Amino acid sequence: MISNDTALMAHLLRRAGFGANRDELESYLEIGYDGAVEALLNPSDPGNMPDDLIRRYHVDQSELRDLPGSSAYWMYRMISTSCPMEEKIALFWHGLFATGYSKLNQARSQLNQVEMFRRSGLGSFEDLLVELSKDPAMIVWLDNNENHGASINENYGRELLELFSMGIGNYSEDDIKGCARAFTGWTLGNAEYMSVRAAKDSIWPYGRIAWHFDYREEDHDDGEKTFLGETGRFNGEDIIAIIVKQEATARFVATRLFQFFAADEITEAGEKTIEAMMATYFSSGYQIRDMLRTLFHSDYFKSEEARFARVKGPVEMVVGAIRMAGNYQDPYLGIEGVANTMFYMGQGLLRPPTVEGWHEGAEWIDSGALVERVNFVAKELSNVSSPGVRSIIERLEAGADQGVLQPSELADGCLDLLGPIQVSEETRSVLVEYASRHGDLDLNGHQPGDQAEQRVGDILRLVAATREYQLA
Amino acid sequence: MTTTKREKSLIVIQLSGGNDYLNTVIPYSEGKYYDYRSTVNIPQNKVIPIDDHYGFNPSMGPVKSLWDEGKVAIINGIGYQNPNRSHFRSMDIWHTAEPDSIGKEGWLGRAIRDIDPQGENVLTGINFGRGLPRALACPGVSVASVGDLDTYGLFPDVQDEELRMFTLEAFSKMYGGAAGRDPVMELLGQTGQDALQGADILRTAPAMYSSSVEYAPDSLAQNVKSISQVFHANVGARVLYTQHGPFDTHAGELISHAKLWDEVAGSVGCLMDDLKEHGTENDASILIFSEFGRRIQDNGSGSDHGSGGVAFMIGGAVNGGTYGEYPSLAEAEQIEGDLRSNNDFRSVYTGILEDWLGLDAAPIVNGQFEKFDLFKS
Repeated sequence: MISNDTALMAHLLRRAGFGANRDELESYLEIGYDGAVEALLNPSDPGNMPDDLIRRYHVDQSELRDLPGSSAYWMYRMISTSCPMEEKIALFWHGLFATGYSKLNQARSQLNQVEMFRRSGLGSFEDLLVELSKDPAMIVWLDNNENHGASINENYGRELLELFSMGIGNYSEDDIKGCARAFTGWTLGNAEYMSVRAAKDSIWPYGRIAWHFDYREEDHDDGEKTFLGETGRFNGEDIIAIIVKQEATARFVATRLFQFFAADEITEAGEKTIEAMMATYFSSGYQIRDMLRTLFHSDYFKSEEARFARVKGPVEMVVGAIRMAGNYQDPYLGIEGVANTMFYMGQGLLRPPTVEGWHEGAEWIDSGALVERVNFVAKELSNVSSPGVRSIIERLEAGADQGVLQPSELADGCLDLLGPIQVSEETRSVLVEYASRHGDLDLNGHQPGDQAEQRVGDILRLVAATREYQLA
Repeated sequence: MTTTKREKSLIVIQLSGGNDYLNTVIPYSEGKYYDYRSTVNIPQNKVIPIDDHYGFNPSMGPVKSLWDEGKVAIINGIGYQNPNRSHFRSMDIWHTAEPDSIGKEGWLGRAIRDIDPQGENVLTGINFGRGLPRALACPGVSVASVGDLDTYGLFPDVQDEELRMFTLEAFSKMYGGAAGRDPVMELLGQTGQDALQGADILRTAPAMYSSSVEYAPDSLAQNVKSISQVFHANVGARVLYTQHGPFDTHAGELISHAKLWDEVAGSVGCLMDDLKEHGTENDASILIFSEFGRRIQDNGSGSDHGSGGVAFMIGGAVNGGTYGEYPSLAEAEQIEGDLRSNNDFRSVYTGILEDWLGLDAAPIVNGQFEKFDLFKS
């Protein structure tokens, strides 16, 4: 009943996006899988909710200095974009190069960083690391403004190697020092003053700050450095050029991409895919887009093994449900509360817990978070006045024989239109039994919000509460 | 749990936003206080004195009564070296007991893990309010987060009770089914069962509780009432957490700070009455803290972020009194216009963990800290 093409396309869109409703799926199916991969990897006009419209409703989303409004602003982007991969890759780098509001008190600088991820996140990893090293939010987050020619601060140098590129065990403490020395003088304009203001929480009442990168030649250690076996008077760009040609870097980047876009656990077939992505990394000149193309075209990615092999992160969970329900397409005054829901589930945008980012996969699941996840999605998808849910009801009616659905047709139809989602036989039998409560469903002459429609909402609620729905 | 002797529980009330120490425990005999606080001060004749030098904010009447009964410990000048004036960062520091680097685990999350290493009781730690404060977060530790005790659990928005029960039953079947060999599906199944079990137990708590104490309608009082209900339901809850605010009184402080302390003191007073009524006064202790104090000099309407604050430990088993020195207001003693803390917050944590919860504190608070004798032995 559900075609393989549809199931595969839905799989691609859960990974390269936030899932898709049936209208979106059908439009991607028209251009075929290869066309869809290219469309997703080459974002064009995202058709975002316009800033002037947002500002009319949200004063705090003009300045974007505070956390609640700024995370909601990014959420609006995720909800309204027609180029979901652009937001997904930004979310990926935000988790990997995790920069947190707690130390910056300057959400605008973080949103600028996110914009940089959108702009450069699918391009060359070398360029991305250079941009990251010049990013003011990152500079303050990891103290590179305290990294001086006369006395180095190793924080950024260390994390660049450990958390952002090669991973521990692939370099020595001396390499860290060499790396840190090369990044001396990479700071932000008026750094001393800005760091005092950040520490004193300048949001209020001290006035505005705008951060920009500043290279101070006089504070840069221009001496000879040895880094990963090479010697020279390296500056930051030279260090990055050495980092990106390491096999360890290729493995690190490929693995992280794999775990975010393919599967939490790496099986033997997964390992082969990672190796293919590493080969692409080198042959393409470190292009992230090409690595992802290799992944999305791999037999592994298209196989059953890769389906539903990831636990949805809270952001994917919330944004996916909202997009499916078709809600919040216009500004909504309670949007910060909706954005906060993701935080309650363990993933607040712009506030990763540490520089390590979030612990993903199975670690998203604990009883408090599961209750939040199920309750949010169940409420979102059971509301029959939501445009996306109305469209599901219309499609169920259109597919029904004489407008009447048997319980198994109702359950299967909901599983199909919310995914298609594959569930175990046991889950399906519970859903069918639940759907049988009031016998066959007659959708003839249904009216908005009537009992017949609400029965669909009830099934959607339960589908949203399944174990399987927790997975992407 | 079949213990006859009740285990000790910790109740935490977090004052979010930076509670103004100077207007909470007021150095009313000091001219400097009135010099620096020319507008945002509590006049001498309004202060509730506790001795010749210091007194409580006029909204703290119920705390004063408890003080008179010897049940209130005031911990002066509490904080940490190199104060951070960011709400988020400073609260993280308090939550993770890690002032220097960015900590990963909450101190109470670790404590819960030590109390119940196998995770046998899904209700050892409970937060009242939505989302988990970092203090309670620790990988592998299950902590319930209760927004509203009356509707806590799954599908709270389903109004039709029959439909809700029917849906919960289906949920239970779906999460109870065999997971095959997939460890993630198994984890989801177990977690779903835990959530249902926790909700089932918690839902019975209000019915098991009766009290003549009437809590106020504000959100803190209602959360504290829920704490009392769950605590008295004997479900093995050892750490019960809630927060109140916003204490970020940059403007209009005198009005908002008074209202907040009315609510905090009122809630604590009710809770202590409630414990007394149930004969459990010596089984729970209340910690009240905030992420920082506020600037010594007022800003004409409120006060800005500062350092050095005050914490309270309240309970029948608490050794009442003042602990530590009140930081000096002398200019030479200030740090950048703020009070200099002289008591590390981790020394208070150490006292709570060792002398109240009976745990080994050093691994939880990341080091050895001298502790105060806060509890009656």
